[in-house]
Amino acid sequence: MPTGVAAPLLAVRDLSLSFATAGGALPITRNVGFSIAPGERVGLVGESGCGKTVTGLSLLRLLPAHNAQVRGEIVFDGVDLLKLSPRRMRAVRGRDIAMIFQEPMNALDPVFTVGDQISEAYRVHFPVSRAEGRDRAIEALREVGIPAPERRCDEYPHQLSGGMRQRVMIAMALICKPKLLIADEPTTALDVTVQAQITDLLRSLSERTGTALIFITHDLGVVAETCTRMITMYAGEVVEDAPVDDVLTRPRHPYTSGLLRSLPGLSARRGVLSSIPGRVPSPNAMPAGCRFRARCAHAAAGCEREQAMIEVDAGHAARCWRATELALRGAVN
Amino acid sequence: MTHSAPADPSEIIAVRDLRILFPTRDGHDTVKAVDGMDFEVRTGETFGIIGESGSGKTTLGRALVSLLKPTEGQILHQGVDPAALGAKAFRKHRRDYQIVFQDPNAALNPRMTIIDSVIEPLEIVGEGDATSRRRRGIAALERVGLSPEAADRYPHQLSGGQKQRVNIARVLTLRPKVIVCDEVVAALDVSIRGDVLNLFADLQREFGLTYVFITHDISVVSHISDRIAVTYLGKLMELGPAEDVIEHPLHPYTRALLSAEPIPLPSHLRVDRRIILEGEIPSPVAPPSGCRFRTRCPSVQERCAAEVPAWREVRPGHRVACHFATAEGPPPDQRQSEKTTVMGGPTCV
Ligand SMILES: Nc1ncnc2c1ncn2[C@@H]1O[C@H](COP(=O)(O)OP(=O)(O)OP(=O)(O)O)[C@@H](O)[C@H]1O
Ligand SMILES: Nc1ncnc2c1ncn2[C@@H]1O[C@H](COP(=O)(O)OP(=O)(O)OP(=O)(O)O)[C@@H](O)[C@H]1O
Ligand code: SF4
Ligand code: SF4
Ligand SMILES: [Mg+2]
Ligand SMILES: [Mg+2]
Repeated sequence: MPTGVAAPLLAVRDLSLSFATAGGALPITRNVGFSIAPGERVGLVGESGCGKTVTGLSLLRLLPAHNAQVRGEIVFDGVDLLKLSPRRMRAVRGRDIAMIFQEPMNALDPVFTVGDQISEAYRVHFPVSRAEGRDRAIEALREVGIPAPERRCDEYPHQLSGGMRQRVMIAMALICKPKLLIADEPTTALDVTVQAQITDLLRSLSERTGTALIFITHDLGVVAETCTRMITMYAGEVVEDAPVDDVLTRPRHPYTSGLLRSLPGLSARRGVLSSIPGRVPSPNAMPAGCRFRARCAHAAAGCEREQAMIEVDAGHAARCWRATELALRGAVN
Repeated sequence: MTHSAPADPSEIIAVRDLRILFPTRDGHDTVKAVDGMDFEVRTGETFGIIGESGSGKTTLGRALVSLLKPTEGQILHQGVDPAALGAKAFRKHRRDYQIVFQDPNAALNPRMTIIDSVIEPLEIVGEGDATSRRRRGIAALERVGLSPEAADRYPHQLSGGQKQRVNIARVLTLRPKVIVCDEVVAALDVSIRGDVLNLFADLQREFGLTYVFITHDISVVSHISDRIAVTYLGKLMELGPAEDVIEHPLHPYTRALLSAEPIPLPSHLRVDRRIILEGEIPSPVAPPSGCRFRTRCPSVQERCAAEVPAWREVRPGHRVACHFATAEGPPPDQRQSEKTTVMGGPTCV
């Protein structure tokens, strides 16, 4: 490895995922690959059902064992997580990689105080006394901006508002100082003013502690304000991977460009909005070659050929045969 | 008929001092879901409503189409108080005022074909015979961009955007005057939102419809609306022409709401100052005294706890409920230096 280039914290290679169903294996993602440097904040975006959540879950090996089939490599800190024993995987989960979800109420246990739950998340991995666990929990609550943490510590989840509960989830996820936090739509259920609080919190915590972040969201504005890089998924594949400012200014995949152009924008009133015609092909009827072909305004002969990610700029790659020749519109006119 | 003054033909709905209260689940308290609202919806306009969760938008929307009765105050439809109509006249009146909800699945019975769902409202009002109902149903489906083949399918065979089109077709068959749209694109993917919003605009031009467009997505509301009302805890904070509200808000809450909207622009183009509001919306069971935004307002002063701000017109056609707002804009942010961050720059939460 050349000097000056840090080894990635996480390298996902050829991750293909399918679910066993009565009608045979249903392929969901195909050859997903990306890597994340220590401390980097990456937004993972794409249409509903394209495989964002299952990709996040597969990194922690949290997919249901009875029907999920995962192939590929998930190299974290030099170790392929897919090869770890269940016991060693449990040690990674929560300590090195943590995850938070859209609806914190489902992830919190209603019968324990938030303090007990945060402290437990720590004591699973580190042998400290109850008293020290509690001190750490209070400290963690303070870190995420909860006022009067000594008091809040002894409250139950139902006594907290939605935004407060999401802060508790973040406190719990970060208490072991993980190297990677996966946040799956953590602000989607929250009001925009509270969303702004939480995204600012995630960004500043990541900057301060060096925790890398995978931020799964369908909101490109949230990515622009929180992340340094954006990965676009479409129909189970990564189709674009680029620094945020680059891709917003000059997307190289027609799907990313279409997403950016579909946004109404704060001041553009009354014009006709653009949209992407058609819908995502279903998993058991995927076309060969480019999966976006039927919806793409730039499709041409040759687009049905088997594809790979093409590097178009430093750190900017797209899965499009025409990525280098097309001049696509981004968020800026 | 009511005893009120003759209806102003330019106003299709007039809301007067509206209150809608619910008992809390334990029955000991009252939720003030809508707690004193005064405004009018103009014929043929798109009236946008934005505000945070729990601020009373859905409750208001349901009341506007007579799905809920006012606890106090009045809602007049072209001068008529529907609550004062007899049962038969009310049924006839109601079909002019329709609502479409957020969840594309909610109004569709999974065991009914699409066409049966679409013509159900016509059957309920008992209009036409089976053949003419089917013909109107197919025409409505075509009008929203669905092929006649879709008519005999079931909901699970359609995408979310297609299902939302079916819901629109469903209310269109009744040829309403007003459609309340409650978060109708929230559940749709960004890539197809534009389609559905364009459809709404086309139908409005074609049928002269009036929309009340409820959403918490500021970019959607600013795109589609002629006027925008901002709700907070059961009250209106501000109401004015869309461009004016978005470009030159008068209320500190609107200003904060606008600045919180995440904008997908590269960092060098983001210059706005972001105002981070503290805390969250208080409970509508016991809203703060005086101005109900005061617990989070960066411009709060002593008077705000003591007096409820008047609902005043500060610029032409632009009303606000804040003691200190002037034609120039909202009062200055007292905590500006500590509480705002330059977006894209260093944070301080
Ligand atoms: N346990 C499961 N068994 C079978 N299929 C599943 C399972 N979990 C997810 N899927 C399917 O996998 C696909 C990808 O789902 P996923 O939840 O990752 O989408 P997503 O990109 O997160 O979408 P959204 O934006 O709606 O959250 C979907 O078609 C979904 O129905
Ligand atoms: N039938 C009911 N009984 C009791 N309380 C109710 C009822 N309907 C609504 N509420 C309460 O009234 C308040 C306003 O609710 P409403 O659904 O109108 O808000 P909203 O602005 O539409 O919120 P959202 O953005 O989450 O949809 C909330 O506190 C809600 O819990
Ligand atoms: S490969 Fe062809 S069809 Fe696919 S996105 Fe590129 S131009 Fe469009
Ligand atoms: S009346 Fe007072 S608290 Fe209310 S918005 Fe105006 S300055 Fe803020
Ligand atoms: Mg998901
Ligand atoms: Mg609502």
